[in-house]
Amino acid sequence: MSNELLFQELGLDNQDLKKMLYDMILIRKFEETLKQLYQQGKIHGTMHLCIGQEATAVGACFPLNNEDKITSTHRGHGHSIAKGTDVKKMVAELFGKVTGHCKGKGGSMHIADMTVGNLGANGIVAAGLPLGVGAALTSKMKELGYVVLCFFGDGATNEGAFHESLNLASIWKLPVIFFCENNLYGMSGSITEMTNIESIAVRGSSYGIPSETINGNNILEVIKATQDAVERAKKGEGPTLIEAETYRWEGHSRSDARKYRTREEEKEWKKEKDPIEVFKEILISNNVINENEFIELNEKAQNQMKEAVEYAENSDDPSIDTLMTDIYA
Amino acid sequence: MREISYSEAVKEAMTQVMREDNDVFIMGEDIGVYGGAFGVTSGMIDEFGPERVRITPISEAAISGCAVGSAMTGMRPILEIQFSDFVVIAMDNIVNQAAKMRYMFGGKAKVPMVVRLPAGSGAGFAAQHSQSLEAWMTHIPGLKVVQPSNAYDAKGLLKAAIKDDNPVLFYEHKMLYNLKGDVPEESYEIPLGVADIKREGKDITIIATGMMVNHAVEAAQQLEQEGIDVEVIDPRTLVPLDEKAILESVKKTGRVLVVYEAVKRGGFGTEIVSLIAESDAFDYLDAPILRLGGVEAPIPYNPKLEKAAIPQVSDIYQKCLELMNK
Repeated sequence: MSNELLFQELGLDNQDLKKMLYDMILIRKFEETLKQLYQQGKIHGTMHLCIGQEATAVGACFPLNNEDKITSTHRGHGHSIAKGTDVKKMVAELFGKVTGHCKGKGGSMHIADMTVGNLGANGIVAAGLPLGVGAALTSKMKELGYVVLCFFGDGATNEGAFHESLNLASIWKLPVIFFCENNLYGMSGSITEMTNIESIAVRGSSYGIPSETINGNNILEVIKATQDAVERAKKGEGPTLIEAETYRWEGHSRSDARKYRTREEEKEWKKEKDPIEVFKEILISNNVINENEFIELNEKAQNQMKEAVEYAENSDDPSIDTLMTDIYA
Repeated sequence: MREISYSEAVKEAMTQVMREDNDVFIMGEDIGVYGGAFGVTSGMIDEFGPERVRITPISEAAISGCAVGSAMTGMRPILEIQFSDFVVIAMDNIVNQAAKMRYMFGGKAKVPMVVRLPAGSGAGFAAQHSQSLEAWMTHIPGLKVVQPSNAYDAKGLLKAAIKDDNPVLFYEHKMLYNLKGDVPEESYEIPLGVADIKREGKDITIIATGMMVNHAVEAAQQLEQEGIDVEVIDPRTLVPLDEKAILESVKKTGRVLVVYEAVKRGGFGTEIVSLIAESDAFDYLDAPILRLGGVEAPIPYNPKLEKAAIPQVSDIYQKCLELMNK
């Protein structure tokens, strides 16, 4: 379907479209800012940046409401922002401050915010899938009507938990959306080296789950696929598997020199398939925004990040006596 | 008071809580019409239906994660792992997810779930169906570990476990399932973290766990003929551990034997020995602390070998005589 047709069919108003573009820009600024702070030695630990994957995060979360839930991955900053998690508290968490979402105990890989249905990032590959299946089971058993969207990468689809979760969700017809961000690499392992199949989506059919492969760098395609999946889930028709093809611009984490891929490949994705540029062009050609507004959105996001960093920097470390709190309920 | 089996006591605990609380449900392999591998859930599906007595595929990684996800979002799942040995396939969800959610999310999540784990040897199931791995779980902050030794405790402890807001690993000994005991019909709870003195005595303290509690009591009865008065302490829950009850008994008797079925090396009994050694109860000891545990081998199939692999009543008896002569 062409972008114009999708545009009409999705019935998005200008406010929605601008909000989505803003969220994508904010995710990029967030990641760029964090990278910089990390290089300056202001943040310790590790982090996994999702620059280049803004359309999957924002597009997949757009059709979800506040009660709907997500489970995320170790590359989860974008998902959290897209689901409405407070950015100030996210930065504070990365600084390890007590004002962070996890009071400084979780860090980048464990940001969660139950108030907006964010069931948490996860440091274990594929672990979010069975958790999401469980959250969907709650929805079904308590008749709460919410859906759960599980983000995971292509690498996770070789884990047993992926296969077992698809099977379980399928036999119980649970309201789950399995959303694969296929960014071509599980750390350094390329999808072609690690699987011998044409697409991740074919794996859904083994479990009786409707599946499709989409262009994950075109947010309209992401919204369309997710909206359909949400509808199916809410009608009680069970899970959907969406494979969204995308690309992470940065390395896996800080120590990654990206020797396993070519600079030509990176350039191609950055130049021609940048999800923000793709969306910006669609919006400009449909007269939703103009160049000046785009610049304004960038400045606004930059300012929001500046405020968030100031908030984090001015926050306190957790006191040592919290070391042993919240181990048990 | 009426007598029922350990297995019936476990079922009664689940049934009573499920009648009171719609958020509680049980899931696991073959737990429906089949009644579970050991028949513990037999008939439950008739009362509660397939939604709440939920049979699952043979899929430990998914069902354990599903339990965590449902617990985080408002249910109180009870997960039956068919044989406790299979929990190793579910370890990510127990060790990295269930145990840590609350802490790593800054207290914003709770994970009220129970994992029921039929464990232990004695039935000829050999190395992959007979292990006692409870010590593994005690090493993980965030998990509670329960090990009832009789029907009365099984019912009361399981009810407390289901009502607890934390992940609880509930170890049931397979050879105890048919053991009958006095169990009140009415609802009662035994709080986690409270040990029980199964037999009072003044000469030796035996701290035993799980199946070994019963062996220890039997040995103590025989030792009475020798004029040796043995006290048997059953911690009942390994985490939280009733340290006070253990140390008080040690101070009273001055002689200690720790008995557990798991492999001696690295077993939970080793932790109990350390607890005593590091406390002021150490000063009250009249002899070195002794340990009796399983041999450092996988559980063998041959019945004679299997019996030799874990402490028997006669071993406990001998160790106590040894202890009195030190």
